[in-house]
Amino acid sequence: MRPLPLSPLQLVLAGVLQRIHRRNPAIFDRLGDHARARFGIKPIDLPFAFVVEARPPRLSVVRSLPHGLDARISASLANLLALLEGRLDGDALMFSRELVVEGDVEAVLALRNAIDDAQLDLATELSSLFGPLGAPARRAFEAARGRVIGSSGQGEQSR
Amino acid sequence: MMELICPAGTPAALKSAIDAGADAIYCGFNDETNARNFPGLNFSRDELRKGIALAHGRGARVLVAINTFPRASAVDIWHRAVDDAVNAGADALILADIGVMDYAARRHPNQRLHVSVQAAAANPDAIAFYAENFGARRVVLPRVLSVPEIAEITRESACETEVFVFGGLCVMAEGRCSLSSYATGKSPNMQGVCSPPSHVVYEQTAEGTKSSLGGFTINRFAASEPAGYPTLCKGRFSTAQGAGYIFEDPVSLDATTLLRGLRDAGVTALKIEGRQRGRAYVESVVRHFRHALAALESGSETDIASLKPFTEGQASTLGAYRKAWR
Repeated sequence: MRPLPLSPLQLVLAGVLQRIHRRNPAIFDRLGDHARARFGIKPIDLPFAFVVEARPPRLSVVRSLPHGLDARISASLANLLALLEGRLDGDALMFSRELVVEGDVEAVLALRNAIDDAQLDLATELSSLFGPLGAPARRAFEAARGRVIGSSGQGEQSR
Repeated sequence: MMELICPAGTPAALKSAIDAGADAIYCGFNDETNARNFPGLNFSRDELRKGIALAHGRGARVLVAINTFPRASAVDIWHRAVDDAVNAGADALILADIGVMDYAARRHPNQRLHVSVQAAAANPDAIAFYAENFGARRVVLPRVLSVPEIAEITRESACETEVFVFGGLCVMAEGRCSLSSYATGKSPNMQGVCSPPSHVVYEQTAEGTKSSLGGFTINRFAASEPAGYPTLCKGRFSTAQGAGYIFEDPVSLDATTLLRGLRDAGVTALKIEGRQRGRAYVESVVRHFRHALAALESGSETDIASLKPFTEGQASTLGAYRKAWR
């Protein structure tokens, strides 16, 4: 079986990142000296990964993380989504060994704090990309998110 | 009812704490004047002003921690923090250094002052010094006292007492510990950051995750073994007597079961540690203690969800509150 092409996913996610940045222009101020850091994000249950930069906001979908990144963060997709939305505590995930951080720990901490303060709602951000189809897109995302996070075994903490 | 004092490292966390039922929120400026000076954390002057307005609008108070010890050449930074916090409308300042406290008492005589845990005031004489000389109204007691000792101190002190009920547990004399300074050259007591992340390295090895601080290996966790913060006091070391945790296990304080004893001891306020933690932690832990306090007041039993997922090392302790050693 051939792997799915990544470019449509990259298009959507890069659009979400741009939108988040437009709506919260100060979101990455908390990165301070790490605003130009390159972060590798690896969902351990998916066959691809993300490279994220804050300034300028840029997101690439890759089959595997390249060398030369400032930091790498890996966890299940469910935990990464929940972290993005502030539904889980990053330190708690480190304690339970469900989150692995390598590289520049200071940059990762700054990123975590910036995101936690941003109070992101991914369903809203994603649905706003789809114009008149926003409402069904939102419902589809919320259903998918519910399935993914529901299977993560972190319900106790995320309640 | 005892007051619930809750942490906030960001404006969003402050809002979460209010939503979850905090009586007061403590926070600090994004500089070396507070003891949680981590990257991306804390409040700008403008954020503090807005945070205080939000809290006051919701009936909550904001306590500003300016609880590091000034460098001799830069005392102005701490004085400016005091002035700015007062002007922003802080309900109290949490101070550790006697020079800063003297400045605050003289410059802002009507400002409520609290003695930070960083001052390590652990006996009635030390507390009386702060109350008599600077008019301090409350002391945050170090986490080295048993409940009977807290009762005795509270009885003999003119100050209100505040004690920690959840979160990270310093096992050293607070404000005096130099372990992290030795390893990194940065002081938790002066630069406000214990185990600075700039000096922390996590490495994936065949034996598990290795954590180190300033080049010193602190621990190695097997794949399924719960982990703790990369602090030297909770490191696992090899000694002539064997390998293990020689200062303290990686655990969090959880005094949920001691609330009645703390109330009977005359404690005024309960503090939750964790300004470095995320909104999910703040929301869940604050709500947990709000329910526990309500149950204590009504005399009812309550089924409160465990806080284990939030604990360091996935384990909790009553620490010195129930001391079996001396």
